[in-house]
Amino acid sequence: MNQISDEGYITADGRKIGAVMMEMKNITLRFGGVKAITDISFDIRQGEIRAIIGPNGAGKSSMLNVISGFYIPQEGEVWFHGKKRAPMRPFQVAQQGIARTFQNIALFEGMSVLDNVMTGRLTHMKSGMLSQAIWKGKAEREEVANREVVEKVIDFLEIQAIRKTPVARLPYGLKKRVELARALAAEPKLLLLDEPMAGMNVEEKEDMSRFILDVNDEFGTTIALIEHDMGVVMDLSDRVVVMDYGKKIGDGTPDEVRNNQNVIDAYLGVAHD
Amino acid sequence: MPDQLLFGMEVFLNGLMAGVLYALVALGFVLIYKASGVFNYAQGVMALFAALTLVGIMEGQVPFAHLINATLGTEIHHFGWHLPGIVAILLTMGVMVLLAWAVNHFVMRHLVNQEPIILFMATIGLAYFMEGFGDLMWGSDIKKLDVGLPQGMSTVIDEVTYGWFGYGFFIDNLDIVATVIAALLVVALTIFSQYSKQGRALRAVADDHQAALSVGISLKFIWVLVWSIAGFVALVAGIMWGTKSGVQFSLSLIALKALPVLMLGGFTSIPGAIVGGLIIGVGEKLFEFIVGPMVGGATENWFAYVLALLFLVFRPQGLFGEKIIERV
Ligand SMILES: Nc1ncnc2c1ncn2[C@@H]1O[C@H](COP(=O)(O)OP(=O)(O)O)[C@@H](O)[C@H]1O
Ligand SMILES: [Mg+2]
Repeated sequence: MNQISDEGYITADGRKIGAVMMEMKNITLRFGGVKAITDISFDIRQGEIRAIIGPNGAGKSSMLNVISGFYIPQEGEVWFHGKKRAPMRPFQVAQQGIARTFQNIALFEGMSVLDNVMTGRLTHMKSGMLSQAIWKGKAEREEVANREVVEKVIDFLEIQAIRKTPVARLPYGLKKRVELARALAAEPKLLLLDEPMAGMNVEEKEDMSRFILDVNDEFGTTIALIEHDMGVVMDLSDRVVVMDYGKKIGDGTPDEVRNNQNVIDAYLGVAHD
Repeated sequence: MPDQLLFGMEVFLNGLMAGVLYALVALGFVLIYKASGVFNYAQGVMALFAALTLVGIMEGQVPFAHLINATLGTEIHHFGWHLPGIVAILLTMGVMVLLAWAVNHFVMRHLVNQEPIILFMATIGLAYFMEGFGDLMWGSDIKKLDVGLPQGMSTVIDEVTYGWFGYGFFIDNLDIVATVIAALLVVALTIFSQYSKQGRALRAVADDHQAALSVGISLKFIWVLVWSIAGFVALVAGIMWGTKSGVQFSLSLIALKALPVLMLGGFTSIPGAIVGGLIIGVGEKLFEFIVGPMVGGATENWFAYVLALLFLVFRPQGLFGEKIIERV
């Protein structure tokens, strides 16, 4: 990797990474007496695939929850596109163009795949209740435009065959994919993925890796992901943050992180599933 | 046709009409329960409160008149206007939206993630508060409500049925109007929930809070929205019932009839609320007609609850609920 300048850097595979999009400054998060995150700072750059790794309970999900507004940190600042972000509710974060998936899948189980993905468009639906009633034409055009995006995402993730299936009937691996589809339908600037491959078999993992790379490549979406599988992380990500017991113990390219003694001791040395 | 059968048919039709009102109140329960998991005990009192407010606004009654006069020594009771029904209904709807906002802002917002039983108890408190508040605001006397709905026996039905059977059915015009309005309401709610942005968001919140937040839905907005819709449904029920039997405390007791309706229909099913309401309405009228005379009458007081009890024993998930299978 070239030296990182303010404008960005060129990755090993020749992709151009831009300026800082999201910056976490000295984040500390406590649950009662438990410190889930202790004074962590890192940034995510435009167009980058950024991984957060670490053993179970390290505070990775908590960090993602801070970014997406589900948790409010006691200390520290979140900067987005060069502006300090006031404490925000999750729905406001989503409206800023940050979409996410959950470690334990949060889908609308009672809806079809199509309806689930369609909810991803909610932040793009402008028409209010009154205008929908009065300007029927405008609302219809909007609906058509939204449907187009949704169909594109469904094709992209190869889930055409199950578009009408109720989500509750899908196997785990496909649910994960539908959740990704819903997040993509929002056409996010920043996509947060919490263990997108957890619990998948090898083939499903390969598919998911390919989708993540393709999303980044085709739409230029910036991605921050948490992953347990070291091999996958090393293949996918441009830069990696390593967490252990709520602290940051490493930050750099996969190669740098792999050779960091702290990381080897805390994480790579420890057997993991 | 034998007379008994004709009487029976008439009773059946009247039962359907009564069932529509039960269904309306049950619908209010289901909407809030689906979206927020709150069993809103205050739904019946909301209907009473809506009807009281409607009469008050229409008749130009000064709210809190007793309180004002007692503290200031004044003697004001009326603004001296009579508003047309439709204007008063719109204003009352505004009050119900305010109420929805207040309930969320002062009560429900602080109870997010609490046990269902806590939320339920909060709504019991709310019911008593609103009952007292309604009293204080509008007085506790029985009020006549007339927003211009047709009332009295439908001569058309009387004549048509007389032509067919040689026996004229007695069906109240008000019941017919109530049925039509309730049907329109259900159609409108269905269209709203299936096709509008807010309806989509509402279904999303009803399904999964966390997922709903992640796609940019404000839970607070949706909760105020459902409570407003429930307030609107309460207003419609309040108008029907109030027109029929006057606006008085007993109106809030129809909420108790909604309970067996919900046990039949399931707490989360809109079609369930409708069908459940109709079954209870028809069931209790027919039961009273057939069995009543043998047991000395007044079966309408308990029939619905016994039916609900039977359902609890043999089909606890209700008519339309998913079968409950215990995971072990
Ligand atoms: N909502 C919560 N309430 C209390 N403790 C929490 C909560 N979320 C996470 N924690 C705690 O924070 C620590 C980090 O958890 P988490 O962020 O889920 O770790 P990871 O995703 O790295 O496995 C754990 O000790 C966990 O128990
Ligand atoms: Mg986690």
